[in-house]
Amino acid sequence: MELNQLTIKQANEGLKKKEFSSVDLTKACFEQIKKVDDKVKSFISLTENYALDKARKVDEVGNFSNPLSGIPVGIKDIYCTKGIKTTAASKILENYVPPFSATAVEKLEEQGAVMVGKNNLDEFAMGSSTENSGFFPTKNPWDLQRVPGGSSGGSAAAVASDQCFYSLGTDTGCSIRLPAAFCGVTGLKVTYGRVSRYGVMSYASSFDTMGPIARTVEDVALVMKTIAGQDLKDSTTPNIVVPDYSKGLDQEIKGLKIGLPKEYFAEGVDEEMKKVVEQAIKKLESLGAKIVEISLPLTKYAIPTYYILVKSEASTNLERYDGIRYGLSAQANSLMEKYLETRGAGFGPEVKRSIMMGTYTLSAGYYDAYYNKAAQVRTLIKQEFQKAFEQVDCMVTPSTPFTAFKIGEKVDDPLQMYLADILSCPINIAGVPALSVPCGFVKPKDGENEMPVGMQIIGKQFDEQTILRVGHQYQQATDWHKRKPGLK
Amino acid sequence: MKLTIQEVEKIANLARLGLTDAEKEKFANQLSSILDYFEQLKEVDTTNVEPVAQITGLESVMREDEIKNCEPEVMKELIDQAPESQDNLVKTRAVFE
Repeated sequence: MELNQLTIKQANEGLKKKEFSSVDLTKACFEQIKKVDDKVKSFISLTENYALDKARKVDEVGNFSNPLSGIPVGIKDIYCTKGIKTTAASKILENYVPPFSATAVEKLEEQGAVMVGKNNLDEFAMGSSTENSGFFPTKNPWDLQRVPGGSSGGSAAAVASDQCFYSLGTDTGCSIRLPAAFCGVTGLKVTYGRVSRYGVMSYASSFDTMGPIARTVEDVALVMKTIAGQDLKDSTTPNIVVPDYSKGLDQEIKGLKIGLPKEYFAEGVDEEMKKVVEQAIKKLESLGAKIVEISLPLTKYAIPTYYILVKSEASTNLERYDGIRYGLSAQANSLMEKYLETRGAGFGPEVKRSIMMGTYTLSAGYYDAYYNKAAQVRTLIKQEFQKAFEQVDCMVTPSTPFTAFKIGEKVDDPLQMYLADILSCPINIAGVPALSVPCGFVKPKDGENEMPVGMQIIGKQFDEQTILRVGHQYQQATDWHKRKPGLK
Repeated sequence: MKLTIQEVEKIANLARLGLTDAEKEKFANQLSSILDYFEQLKEVDTTNVEPVAQITGLESVMREDEIKNCEPEVMKELIDQAPESQDNLVKTRAVFE
């Protein structure tokens, strides 16, 4: 196995034993990047000199007690990185260099993480395919004709193609789990508030969560230990103890009650994929879990609830891009013209659509019918999850309704694209955590290559530990997560 | 429900978003079909249901109102981000003509 294909855990062991250095790991990643990223296009910018400098420093100190020390990482280009261009994949921020770093990035850097570059995404994280990037689409390493999922598509594709060991993504409605599922890697959407949002450009503030995409659940747990916790700069992070997420992963799942919400296996979910997930559930059953069917009848209202609320929040969050204090700025004679031209030229189609939709649903006369109604339904959906969790310890569903689709297939039909989030956005509405782990492959009707399938494991608020344990036990019993794309 | 071009223009103006005629046409169609899809929420009975905006139940998180200084170099970096500046201030067009 090549150095850049190791897990974080394996690489940390090697660093401790001096089998190789952080510089070796970093060089291996850049060799891979140079070999494959022309095809995959998972990075907006690369920080090779910065990374090699950092790796040298970490090697000099030689302290690898934190498992992330010396390990190369990709960062979704929506996390501010001090002195390093941060674009949100938007033309409006094409040349923006932030004077500060996001809290999550700062925490990684303090522990000796080696940032190799900034990953591509859908502009301002709005999308499910990474086709909405203002610069270029990312390709799925399992089939370059297909999307990697989104919005953290660059992050998932880079990890899947061994260009970095892990990446930080963000998840507002699907954006970590869907690309992780499409690319055959492991991704965690944390409980809302578990990881600080400070310094990450806002999409929908009451939904946005920050989390890792990695090769194994074990690695995800290692990253979580460092990035989670209260941050005084983000008042939505509660003062709840950060557990050692690696502890307890080895505990068996015998007797654990896993719920299968029947609405997540209903019509609209690809039949072949469903079979794969059902096999995975049988595996969990054979490990001793008790499987019970449950029902979440409000699931069918999740998409309208989600999109009304996030687009409303987005329309206000994106007011700040006005061409005055930073970013793109159009030459104009009046202030009004400056606003109109800057924003008209700087934002791409999905962002414009979002701002239009959100402005409409918040405008006088429509607020009650749309925004307020959706916020009420959100209460009901949250209660429905709480009630279901009185009966079960966690839930298992497919992560996505289908496997990766072809580039261009849905990009002109926004509603079809939105429906890709149908199994993942209810989790953000309820603010609970969910993990996506690879659980098999299917060969799509319109393609030659087998594409990865993801299983979603949903947990109670702030109970990441249970779902990580289920995911880890599953990965101990299977090897889907070890498969590598051929990059054909 | 079909949005008219005039309605699209009104929203775009509220959002300070300059749109081309082709974009107005496209958004009128796309937003109409999305809003139609949203209509199904009317089926849900929300009588006496409180809306929620903070999902983990936190309420007004306060801190001491203390002044924290910003380092001069950070201040300079922030001002330097602006497309136009003068005397350490961000410059733009007049709000009132």
